[in-house]
Amino acid sequence: MLDVAARGRHALLTAPTGAGKTLAGFLPTLADLATRPHDGLHTLYISPLKALAVDVQRNLLTPIAEMGLEIMVETRTGDTPADRKARQKARPPQILLTTPESLANLLSAPESLAMMAGVRRVIIDEIHAFGTTKRGDQLSLCLARLQKLAPAMQRVGLSATIADPEGWAGWLAPDADATHVEIVRAEAGVDPQIDILAIDDRIPWGGHNGRYAARAVMQQIANSRLAIVFVNTRAVAELVFRDLWAENDQALPIGIHHGSLAPEARRKVEAAMAAGRLRAIVATASLDLGLDWGDVDLVIQMGAPKGASRLLQRTGRANHRMDEASRCLIVPGNRFEYLEALAARDAVAAGELDPDGFRPGGLDVLAQHVVGLVAAAPIHPDALHAEVKSAAPYAGLTREAFDLVLDYAATGGYALKAYERYQRLVPGRDGLLRLRTAALARQWRMNSGTIVEAVAMNVVFGTGKPGRPGLSRGRKLGQVEEYFAGQLRVGDSFMFAGQTLEVTGFDGADIHVRLGRGSPKVPVYAGGRMPMTTRLAARVRGLMNDRARWAAMPDDVREWLELQARVSRLPGHDDVLVETFRRDDRWYMAVYGFAGHPAHQTLGMLVTQRMERAGLLPLGFVASDYAMVCWSLEPVDDPRPLFDPTVLEDELAEWLAASPFLRRAFREVAIIGGLVERVQPGVQKSGKAMSVSADLIYDVLRRHQPDHLLLTAAWTDARGKLTDIARLADLLEQAHSRLTHVRSAHVTPLAVPSLLTIGRERVGAEADSALLLEAEALIADAMRVD
Amino acid sequence: MDVAFSFAGETLVPLASGALFWPAEATLLVADLHLEKASHFARKGWLLPPHATAETLAALIDAVEGSGARRLICLGDSFHDQGGPDRLLPEARSALMLMTRNLDWWWITGNHDEDAAAALGGRVLSEARLGPFVLRHEADGGDARPELSGHFHPKLVIRQRGRHIARRCFALSPAKLILPAFGAFTGGLDVADPALKAALAGPAEALVLEGGRLLRFPVA
Repeated sequence: MLDVAARGRHALLTAPTGAGKTLAGFLPTLADLATRPHDGLHTLYISPLKALAVDVQRNLLTPIAEMGLEIMVETRTGDTPADRKARQKARPPQILLTTPESLANLLSAPESLAMMAGVRRVIIDEIHAFGTTKRGDQLSLCLARLQKLAPAMQRVGLSATIADPEGWAGWLAPDADATHVEIVRAEAGVDPQIDILAIDDRIPWGGHNGRYAARAVMQQIANSRLAIVFVNTRAVAELVFRDLWAENDQALPIGIHHGSLAPEARRKVEAAMAAGRLRAIVATASLDLGLDWGDVDLVIQMGAPKGASRLLQRTGRANHRMDEASRCLIVPGNRFEYLEALAARDAVAAGELDPDGFRPGGLDVLAQHVVGLVAAAPIHPDALHAEVKSAAPYAGLTREAFDLVLDYAATGGYALKAYERYQRLVPGRDGLLRLRTAALARQWRMNSGTIVEAVAMNVVFGTGKPGRPGLSRGRKLGQVEEYFAGQLRVGDSFMFAGQTLEVTGFDGADIHVRLGRGSPKVPVYAGGRMPMTTRLAARVRGLMNDRARWAAMPDDVREWLELQARVSRLPGHDDVLVETFRRDDRWYMAVYGFAGHPAHQTLGMLVTQRMERAGLLPLGFVASDYAMVCWSLEPVDDPRPLFDPTVLEDELAEWLAASPFLRRAFREVAIIGGLVERVQPGVQKSGKAMSVSADLIYDVLRRHQPDHLLLTAAWTDARGKLTDIARLADLLEQAHSRLTHVRSAHVTPLAVPSLLTIGRERVGAEADSALLLEAEALIADAMRVD
Repeated sequence: MDVAFSFAGETLVPLASGALFWPAEATLLVADLHLEKASHFARKGWLLPPHATAETLAALIDAVEGSGARRLICLGDSFHDQGGPDRLLPEARSALMLMTRNLDWWWITGNHDEDAAAALGGRVLSEARLGPFVLRHEADGGDARPELSGHFHPKLVIRQRGRHIARRCFALSPAKLILPAFGAFTGGLDVADPALKAALAGPAEALVLEGGRLLRFPVA
């Protein structure tokens, strides 16, 4: 690192977890400051987590003190008091540790021009966590601004082991030119030890979360110092936590950690973990990143890992030492998941990680960013365009597209031009853009950022207002999404923070609860579920087609595959297997696409729509990462026309426009793009009011300006992460050229895990009608007396 | 009209919207409009789709125009709460007032709305008689006279080929006919629910309009 720094090059350092890469990133800074005292800001450090910034500060102060250096290191996050923030602008520390959000806010301040001019280095930690997200877009735009203010600034990216370092070097580089970035690879540590749990060679038919294995998992916990039990969603975290406690005969201390818990609750669990007071913690991706919170010696992954990179990273949470193997135990939920677990283990052993899908930056993020830049200082559109284009995600942005963004940021777009509140930028006689009013800068800072939480209600223990002193003071436990909260009534109970809570009342955005009993509901949280990656899917297909590997599999899995080969056939390496069979009085069609849950979900909607039109009376479908299964009153004789790729042109747009996906995506872009204000803490405007005003604007724009910038942005989002159109297109292409149709006499072994999947979608108004008529005719026949 | 049925010697025509037309009296009956339910919940912070009132009124206008009715009888719970009429949007208010002026309009009071609707025109009655029928909001099991009522929001729930299907329905027993809720977002009660069976006071059928036919399901 010192070497690269001395040559003044940008650098990307990839190293496995625990290799001490954060400190390595700071070494050149410390060396530089030790020899050449620097007045003002020297190095910016950007972390994805506030807590990580604080942790790094602690870890930096020790070597600085030991080296006897006089270097000021400070953090600046959303938690930093206002007076310190003001002081930092006037008299900055040499090293400032911050987050992308706080950096963006800082860059919108006029003082930032002077403050940043002398910056020598910027260090981006856990760069892989930003990558292809809107936070990454924002960060990349901020880097472009920093580089403009401090042209000699050196960029340093720190990352876990990644599949495509060259791709990341391009992301990090100014003007997306990877040749300017030196890639430094740290030595790999000892290979991790990954095992797959199969109790007595049994793997269940259905299920996702390995909950059946609670007793065995509990034994593993008892045999280790400290275990992290990773699950894939927050709802499952609650369920697994409860299952483990039901088997916890020795009453070992076990905690729970997920993103919907109140920050105080999370801090408490983290502290207990660091202090060695816990034996296990059930966690979601909220613990994927960063800190060393304790002496973890075992990671347990409940359910399939969904990606090799994710598995490797989670495994790395155990044992932050280079010379010992990290241990991970995967508990597959069903037989497909066993194959997926095996595939992920193979991929990690082969060093084949999942590539990151770089995509063009979000236009909503860009719209937000340009207003922030104008807030810092008046700027000419040409200069702004040049600066923005030097950020990798926007390297391909045409002047035309840029002008549309600028027009939106300035006026709100023509459908909204009449409203003064959407007019934010005005050009002066000098051609420079300025904010229309000074108050807009403050409003921008209150609303900036790219993370939009789902509309949520607070879960408050007790009857008082949280945070308000009084006789009965409520304690905020965390949040549940509005969608779930809307199903709750007083007296209902639900599982949260590992407890069963009973609803005692509602008050604005608060749900008041007390400890409850009975059969609780489990909150659902939008998102959180990652689809199986494409590479892993290919490996799962490979395992199915490699009989030599079957011998080492648990009996249950081997017999399942053998039986499938006998009664139907196994999916090939690159075909689409479609099975049709009858069960009870319905016809089923199973499609093995291995394209991931979102793509299969979309496929289910489109195919059943076509079936409805063909008079096949579809009733419903269910999607998993591996397959889509639908059922109908009439059989599908020839599946081919149902998969005609024209479905993407003809029906997708129509369906997407009517689906809630687009509306949901719009809510997010409307906030990021600055059309709708965020709910501010302390302001009594419930989250619902926010979603309604976004919905109203959505309806107005759909009708009056369907090509509005933010609708375009919403379409892009909806097509990407929510419906995974790219993978669906590949799947349809595959089905078009290589579809294998098997008519089976009965349900096939491969179809069973899907049929046992929860989350069935119901379709088909026509079928309802047919069934009602049928039911009445049956009754009439039965009651005939002639 | 092949969906017509006979009750207490009168010929009645159920409409798909949940309204009941009585041709001999040129009368249209509807139950449980629950107007302004959305705004009622909005005040508590629960936002329902705000178009419910407009949708319900549009359906009502369609039913009046389609049937040619000259009298309209609302069988109670026309507004979701006593304050509902004050929250009507101006267009909804004028549409309603126009209808109460042009038709012989009877508001039977319910348990939600009492006499709230009086300000909009029409007559407000707690109970009424018309032809052979007693008209009231909630069926009275102790009254043996033929009766038309609402209140329960009956729906038929059946399971056929493993599929649950729920539909608004008319619930008919020898002396009682209970209308489905006409309003949007009003939910429903299974016609086989003990509370509904008690109110029907005798063997009953659920009547459902489907595919242009009147289907009859005995209530088990």
